[in-house]
Amino acid sequence: MHPRASLAIAAGRLGAATLHRLSRGGTALPGVVALRLDPRLATRLGRQLRAGRLIITGTNGKTTTARMTSAMLEAAGSPVLHNREGSNLMRGITSALLAYADMRGTLHTEPGTVGLFETDEATTPLAARALQPTAIAITNLFRDQLDRYGEVDTVAAFWREALAASPPGASLVLNADDPSVAELGTGWSGPVHYVGIDDPAHAGGPVGATDARWCHACNGDFRYEQRFFAHLGHWRCQGCGLARPEPDTRATDVHLGLDDATFTVDGLGEVHMHLTGLYNVWNALCAIGLARTMGLPNDAIRAGLEAVRPAFGRQERVEVDGVGMRLLLAKNPAGANQVVRLLSAIEQPLQVAVLLNDRFADGQDVSWTWDVDYEFIADRVSRCWVGGDRAADMALRLKYAGWPAPRAVERSPAVLIDAILRDAQPGEELFVLPTYSALLDFRQDLVRRGGTEAFWQT
Amino acid sequence: MGETMILRVAHLYPEVMNIYGDRGNTIAIRHRCKARGVEVEVTGVGVGDPFDPDDFDLILIGGGQDREQQRIAEDLAAKADAIKGAADQGMPGLAVCGGFQLFGQRYIDHDGSVIPGAGIFDVETRHPGPRADRCIGDIVIITEFGEIAGFENHGGRTYLEPGQEALGTVVRGRGNNAEDGSEGAIYQNFFGTYLHGSLLPKNPRLADELILRALRRKYGQAVELPPLDDAVESAAHDSAVAAAERRSAPTVTRWNGFAGRLRRR
Ligand SMILES: [Zn+2]
Repeated sequence: MHPRASLAIAAGRLGAATLHRLSRGGTALPGVVALRLDPRLATRLGRQLRAGRLIITGTNGKTTTARMTSAMLEAAGSPVLHNREGSNLMRGITSALLAYADMRGTLHTEPGTVGLFETDEATTPLAARALQPTAIAITNLFRDQLDRYGEVDTVAAFWREALAASPPGASLVLNADDPSVAELGTGWSGPVHYVGIDDPAHAGGPVGATDARWCHACNGDFRYEQRFFAHLGHWRCQGCGLARPEPDTRATDVHLGLDDATFTVDGLGEVHMHLTGLYNVWNALCAIGLARTMGLPNDAIRAGLEAVRPAFGRQERVEVDGVGMRLLLAKNPAGANQVVRLLSAIEQPLQVAVLLNDRFADGQDVSWTWDVDYEFIADRVSRCWVGGDRAADMALRLKYAGWPAPRAVERSPAVLIDAILRDAQPGEELFVLPTYSALLDFRQDLVRRGGTEAFWQT
Repeated sequence: MGETMILRVAHLYPEVMNIYGDRGNTIAIRHRCKARGVEVEVTGVGVGDPFDPDDFDLILIGGGQDREQQRIAEDLAAKADAIKGAADQGMPGLAVCGGFQLFGQRYIDHDGSVIPGAGIFDVETRHPGPRADRCIGDIVIITEFGEIAGFENHGGRTYLEPGQEALGTVVRGRGNNAEDGSEGAIYQNFFGTYLHGSLLPKNPRLADELILRALRRKYGQAVELPPLDDAVESAAHDSAVAAAERRSAPTVTRWNGFAGRLRRR
């Protein structure tokens, strides 16, 4: 072992111990310290995971897909090493590995441990180069947080770069319904496993502001035989005829409830999960695709899917002073449109609180709220509240969407929650739609009131 | 006035030039007209669609990604004479970001390739290359329609030719080129700007200015717009200004045209 690596590991572990005592999340700091001392640490440690190194990336659904895949692996008896949510840059990946490393740079994981790495879009090339993945899953590509990465083409270029840096035999699991993702499979040297939805009942409806996509090969326009959501659907290039690949894993008979969903997969039968929304069906398909490329048994796939509960802030239900609130993270136009679509399927009056923050993690540009079809549920909303740093901007968005006047427009989470508890109609469901950091703030105040547990304990 | 006024809006390339919530501008026009009993018809005009300016009273175009803009450039070339002719005849319009660039004289990419624009604004946009910083952040400008707030996100730098008026002077943020403090451009009743936000919802004076100019051109100078309760709009405006004051550096202005114009009035 390189002395520099030992020093890096020591520094990283010391940082982790300190953080543990402070017991406040802080999942990436040890990695920051260690990486500064030895940038090649992730490579040295990661490649010791000989049973498999999986990378999961995409604009939306990385975390959920990773959790589903992890549960399937665990159900199959395979130990998993994975980076925690919100730590999907190189330093977070390094931290996850450091937790199992000794001072000599040897990983002490159980035999057969699979590394599962959720990576930020821009980090994927670095992660691929460092970890030499055995499989890569890509969920979707939305023009999310463009103030961070510029443009959709930039993100697709990151992924092409990641593939070029990966072993030629690595398996790809790609969403066939997203042309910008499916195209990445063209010409790939290793196996490609496509996943997609085949259920016309879910085509049409509110699709959000669709941004045009066109063929990477010939610049032709895509035409959709069925469009499920935004640019996801059954597409075909008008120019060269490139079309949505036949999925290797397809979902049919998709039924979405308020708390769960079922769908049928060839060779697997009907599967059930405690997550809902079409987006989670795509996430599940990506996880099933990964599991299948690793040869996991059907029982483990079904059991893993069944075991997953909603992630932090996604469909979490919290009760405070007799008021039940469902937290539905709506961090970007794609996510928010999915949530609107989910709410539109609920046949009862809706009480909704929308929280908009504009910090770095949320994206500083709040323009995206105008790309969300809040109009679609305007006549269903019985009461609403508006919060977050940019509550005033959100109040205007909802006014122009035709929502009833809000009961409160309030930046302070504590004051907002007071208003919600005061005005909520008992017995009616209440939905909270926050951006990422707004969710943290809102949830922290619910913890204070005893409504839920702290983030890092869940 | 007995007859119902109708505002016919052409939304150019809505599927392509719709980045960063620019469709909020259409929503704002619709909302503010409806509140005054003015009917609004919005027609999307896409690549290959016929376009006759006589069918419309107002033109809106948003921004797109660089690659998207190149795709519509060819179609825009076919419509350019009609659009420029209409602007010469006083057609009101709003071109945001990429739309603003395409309505200038030309767009010069970092490799030197030139995309000719519709030529409404006497401006030239140059892209300094992928290594140069994009101009991203909260922005506040002062215009003859008051303080305007929004969010800019552009790689290209736009330079005004002598005699070309800016829309405003940058107070916070970068504006046309991050150098001279100018932001946007005005040609007769046509406005170009880099401000997303969306722009018109939280800058209602500018929205009303466009609506009023369009209606007066169509129905005569007697048209007035009754004031609306803009408390929610003003709060959103102030929230955007506060964000800019928190995060965007104050701008030293070297572009003096607008201040000079203000003094003349
Ligand atoms: Zn093609």
